[in-house]
Amino acid sequence: MSLKKKTQSLHKRNDELANANRQLEILSNGIFKNGELPTFANKIKETHQFPLRPKKLEILQINVGYMCNQVCEHCHVDAGPDRKEIMTRETMMQCLEVIRKTEAHTLDLTGGAPEMNPDFRWFVEEASKAGIKDFIVRSNLTIIRANKKYYDLPEFFKKHNVHVVSSMPHWTRGKTDKQRGDGVFDKSIKALQELNAVGYGMPDSDLKLDLVYNPSGAFLPGDQASMESDFKKALMEDFGIQFHNLFAITNLPVSRFLDYLIASENYEDYMYQLVDAYNPAAVENVMCTNTISISWDGWLYDCDFNQMLGLKVASKVKHISEYNEDLLNNRNIIISQHCYGCTAGAGSSCQGVVA
Amino acid sequence: MASNNYYDPKDLRKFGNITEWSEELGTKFFDYYGKVFEEGALTAREKALIALAVSHTEQCPYCIDAYTKDTLQRGVTKEEMMEAIHVGAAIKSGATLVHGVMMMNKVNKLDM
Repeated sequence: MSLKKKTQSLHKRNDELANANRQLEILSNGIFKNGELPTFANKIKETHQFPLRPKKLEILQINVGYMCNQVCEHCHVDAGPDRKEIMTRETMMQCLEVIRKTEAHTLDLTGGAPEMNPDFRWFVEEASKAGIKDFIVRSNLTIIRANKKYYDLPEFFKKHNVHVVSSMPHWTRGKTDKQRGDGVFDKSIKALQELNAVGYGMPDSDLKLDLVYNPSGAFLPGDQASMESDFKKALMEDFGIQFHNLFAITNLPVSRFLDYLIASENYEDYMYQLVDAYNPAAVENVMCTNTISISWDGWLYDCDFNQMLGLKVASKVKHISEYNEDLLNNRNIIISQHCYGCTAGAGSSCQGVVA
Repeated sequence: MASNNYYDPKDLRKFGNITEWSEELGTKFFDYYGKVFEEGALTAREKALIALAVSHTEQCPYCIDAYTKDTLQRGVTKEEMMEAIHVGAAIKSGATLVHGVMMMNKVNKLDM
């Protein structure tokens, strides 16, 4: 269903869905309250996977702020130019202390557009000294072309051997611009060509460039391998662009995507799709079992989605200032019905499929 | 009947229940159905587009619902979907029109 494009975040519009508790209420009521569909807790109890517990910590995902140059229809962060929540250098210093001693092998910086944080480059420079194995920055691509001050980002990423993971909803202009805004496709193509030009995404290059695909509507992603092959063929033929892997990610019913589902009268059908596609094998490897998500103000969460729903970790340790990996690993993961998004089909995570 | 309509979108979710009243035949059908749509000499994407076109020539609302969603999931564009439907429509109208030859043959035989 085609709806009027929004240019402001839910927060700026004072929309009721800017309130995390209201979102959790919606996710617990209706078809889940009247028993039409099982709650996520009951579903994982069927396969004796409740409570969900962490395994070895592998990924520290740090959200350095909700400010973004785009206002994407599906954004679970409710990011946009009007969001002012930005990680301070002080909190970054607390994160650096953790990065230096963590057992995790991957550092994953996200946002908003992380590059818009004024201390982003300083943080990348400092964090890259910590010798972490895989250092990811989630870049929305258009930021590279948004302003002259960002034009050198490909060189900057290369200098610090950053693994670039970028969103690209489709290989056609129409589908991309519909989800992410007019002009996004052309800017993204240009940014990808610039990343290729400095060596990113080349077949034998160590400069890793991966793309993230998430559906531009109320349907689930297709098979990740087939989508990757279609993306590679189309981007190569049409624009000479190369990249390494495609991660197919399911949209979770959180924030702006939840708003879209309700406004387009797709909410119930979408939840049915998620529950029908439930895969217990995916539960084994959901990302909350190997990730800690840190918010711009230093609070700790099981994942980025729980962060947006205001569900802090169920642990004595709740803030980066008191970080203790052993204590954190001994916790139950907080779940709700949005978790069905990570267990549908082949599963979904910030690293793509999990089963 | 629970609904006042012949077609209810929610009934699509009950398709699997067909097996309840004839387990052997139902199971054989769904096994066959699943096998047909597996990747083979044709890709699953190509099969989904064929299914979308046939859904329209059969004018099956359930199938149109299911295969519109399925093709979207596979990254098929609106243009590709509409072209596939035109292929179905062309065959459907062509099949009508080609019978005009029968009419012409008959006229030529009967008419002095």
